[in-house]
Amino acid sequence: MRIERHPILNFDVKKKVFFTYNGKRVFGNEGDTIASALHALGVRKLSESIEKHRPRGFYCAIGNCASCNMIVNGKPNVRTCVTKLEEGMVVAEQHGKGVLYEKS
Amino acid sequence: MRKVDFVIIGGGPAGLSAAHKAAEAGLSSVVIERDDKVGGQLVKQTHMFFGSKKQYAKTRGIDIANILIGHCKAHDDLIEIMTNTTVTGLYDDYILTLLTDDVYHKIEAKAILVASGASEKFMLFENNDLPGIYGAGAVQTLMNVYGVLPGEEVVMVGSGNIGLIVSYQLLQAGVRVKMVIEAASQIGGYKVHASKIKRLGVDILTNHTVKRAIGDDTLQKVEIVEVDDQWNMIEGTEKIIECDALCISVGLSPLSTILGMLPVKMKYVGKLGGNVPVIDYHHETTMNNIFVAGDVCGVEEASSAIVEGSIAGLFIANRLGYKHPEYEKEMNDLTQQLENLRSGPFGVKTVEGLRELRGENDV
Repeated sequence: MRIERHPILNFDVKKKVFFTYNGKRVFGNEGDTIASALHALGVRKLSESIEKHRPRGFYCAIGNCASCNMIVNGKPNVRTCVTKLEEGMVVAEQHGKGVLYEKS
Repeated sequence: MRKVDFVIIGGGPAGLSAAHKAAEAGLSSVVIERDDKVGGQLVKQTHMFFGSKKQYAKTRGIDIANILIGHCKAHDDLIEIMTNTTVTGLYDDYILTLLTDDVYHKIEAKAILVASGASEKFMLFENNDLPGIYGAGAVQTLMNVYGVLPGEEVVMVGSGNIGLIVSYQLLQAGVRVKMVIEAASQIGGYKVHASKIKRLGVDILTNHTVKRAIGDDTLQKVEIVEVDDQWNMIEGTEKIIECDALCISVGLSPLSTILGMLPVKMKYVGKLGGNVPVIDYHHETTMNNIFVAGDVCGVEEASSAIVEGSIAGLFIANRLGYKHPEYEKEMNDLTQQLENLRSGPFGVKTVEGLRELRGENDV
């Protein structure tokens, strides 16, 4: 859900940014972070806790708490609340600690 | 390795003000900011500030951010702003290791100001990790920076100024605020903020807290409960409230963990919000040329962060051989401003906390 009318702020219609979320093609707005785009699409669960596999969403939205970590373009533990959404990004829910890039 | 005079960690109100005052004195600086923009948490604060004109009273936080950024831009020959950059290491030989868009690099400074701000506190209750439970500041960021609503029906926990202001901003954005609950027996924030949301039909329930959150993959309900004056839950008073977002606004803690990488003396001072560095009157830590300003050394308002940053900027410039043309006048004025900001009933905690930090209460 996005704000359409606001007494102080002006949210103009922005350019769409297409990306992949868990294999599906979806879109957010230009200027979004990955987490804000997903939230606007109704996605609140971003990852699972490492041991008990409990659902995790974001908590602080400013890059402090690591509750929003996801796998972005193959890289795990990306703080999606402070990472800007880019056209063509591949975003996936993270389960477990994540595996770093293979050495090429 | 790149060598510079002055590095500022954090591009919020304290950091930007320090860069500005240092530049006025002729000292160059590099401001390091992990976000893609500077302005700190002011960029989401649509409410008008209180205080005196010198701290931009009656101006909205978002506009104050632009004023501070403007001050820095006017000195862009001396101030370099490095966004998308996280400090990964801080060493006792004044070297910082940085990560900018996955590129690792180093910088050496003669003086460092840590202005890293604060982080939102969390609360203990069953299922407190469910998606849909957010910090009140996080909700403010989501709404006021990105234009995304946190949910349709929100319960706010905490009636301090942030809880009250964010409740009002939720209403402005078209979200239904079902209630504000407060564990203490009195509303924590300014009466004017509380009255604003009461007039719009939002109840503020004092002596209430959250017992548990209910939901599968995301929040669906919360169970609230009455508490007595010792904050013990009163059995039989539980109520289930349907909501899809719970905002937690139970205060902030100094984001001082970064200082753990340096041999500076730290002290736990509850009245300042948590673990803070021991500092002198010029905001210098126990390590030479390592300074702090803003919420990292005691949680207050953005107005105090601006003044503290300005004081540190002036002092550091002078230390490194750049004396501001009106150093004494500026310093006296800023010191007076800080005293005025802390003179009201809401400043008592800070004044007492600083006394405790400096060991002035020790017998």
